[in-house]
Amino acid sequence: MLTNQSVAEEIIRKFGDDVFDFEEPFGMLTFSTTREQIIPMLEYLKAHPQFQVNFLTDIMAIHYPDKVGQEFCIVYHTHSFIHNFRIRIKVFLAEADVHIPTATGLFASANWMERETYDFFGILFDGHPNLKRILNMDEMDYFPMRKEYPLEDPTREDKIDALFGR
Amino acid sequence: MSQAIDFQENRVKTGEGGIILTSVEDLLNWSRLSSLWPMGFGLACCAIEMMASYASNYDLERFGIFPRPSPRQSDVMIVAGTVTFKMADRIRRLYEQMPEPRYVISMGSCSNCGGPYWEHGYHVVKGIDRIIPVDVYVPGCPPRPEALIGGFLKLQEKIRLEHPIAPTLLLELEAENHIT
Repeated sequence: MLTNQSVAEEIIRKFGDDVFDFEEPFGMLTFSTTREQIIPMLEYLKAHPQFQVNFLTDIMAIHYPDKVGQEFCIVYHTHSFIHNFRIRIKVFLAEADVHIPTATGLFASANWMERETYDFFGILFDGHPNLKRILNMDEMDYFPMRKEYPLEDPTREDKIDALFGR
Repeated sequence: MSQAIDFQENRVKTGEGGIILTSVEDLLNWSRLSSLWPMGFGLACCAIEMMASYASNYDLERFGIFPRPSPRQSDVMIVAGTVTFKMADRIRRLYEQMPEPRYVISMGSCSNCGGPYWEHGYHVVKGIDRIIPVDVYVPGCPPRPEALIGGFLKLQEKIRLEHPIAPTLLLELEAENHIT
């Protein structure tokens, strides 16, 4: 039986200062690492005889436009089917340098996930075999999920409940 | 002859039926509108209502409407759901693969006009009629199965008034309202 505590201690023993910001929101082990360590980290978790983290659930990104130097957060959700144990790993990137190595060598499923993350956030996965848009049309010249666009006018009144009998 | 058979009461089929007088055009139209085969594909939540319409409760089969797996065998395309820009090319290609005469039913707000993505959607075609010609618009978000059936009945009305074998000149005159 794996616990967050034991897994975290094992990871810290292996990676030392390259893993930080440990937390467990809703009981899920979460920590951050660096761009250089993310692939060795996934490889280590996958090959580890006890953890056996053999499934990459998702790769996605979050845009924090106000966080200078850490504008983009790439989140890796991993899952050990053998122990039903999940780990979430974050990597923060600066907007000026959105390069991160690809995980396609470890998990074939990373191919489409990384294409989607590139499609919506413009994150460049170095070494990806086919890094092009997957859901949006190829002609699109912006990355739609970046928080660069104005929100809907909060004072508009053409959608208030009274107009819909609510 | 022992006794006369009451055809009306007992509905005996003797093969000695009556005569139906009609025009070839009406017969053609009637047969076309009685077996409208839509292309079986759905894009979003409207497709769920479309599937419900096909299923036993609403049973589109009683109108002769039966989904086909290939555009080559279809008469009508139901665009059921949100059409993204990337899907738009595919929709158009599928439409072009359908044999004529072909019809399009635009089902739901998204394919009618972009629906909730009208103002802020970066990825949605603002109405399928910008890509392919639409015969019937079915409003709703999503439309109930009754509304889709209503759309089909509207399409049947449209087909009933067509002139599939009329000369082109006649159709042109009709379009200019010289004759009706």
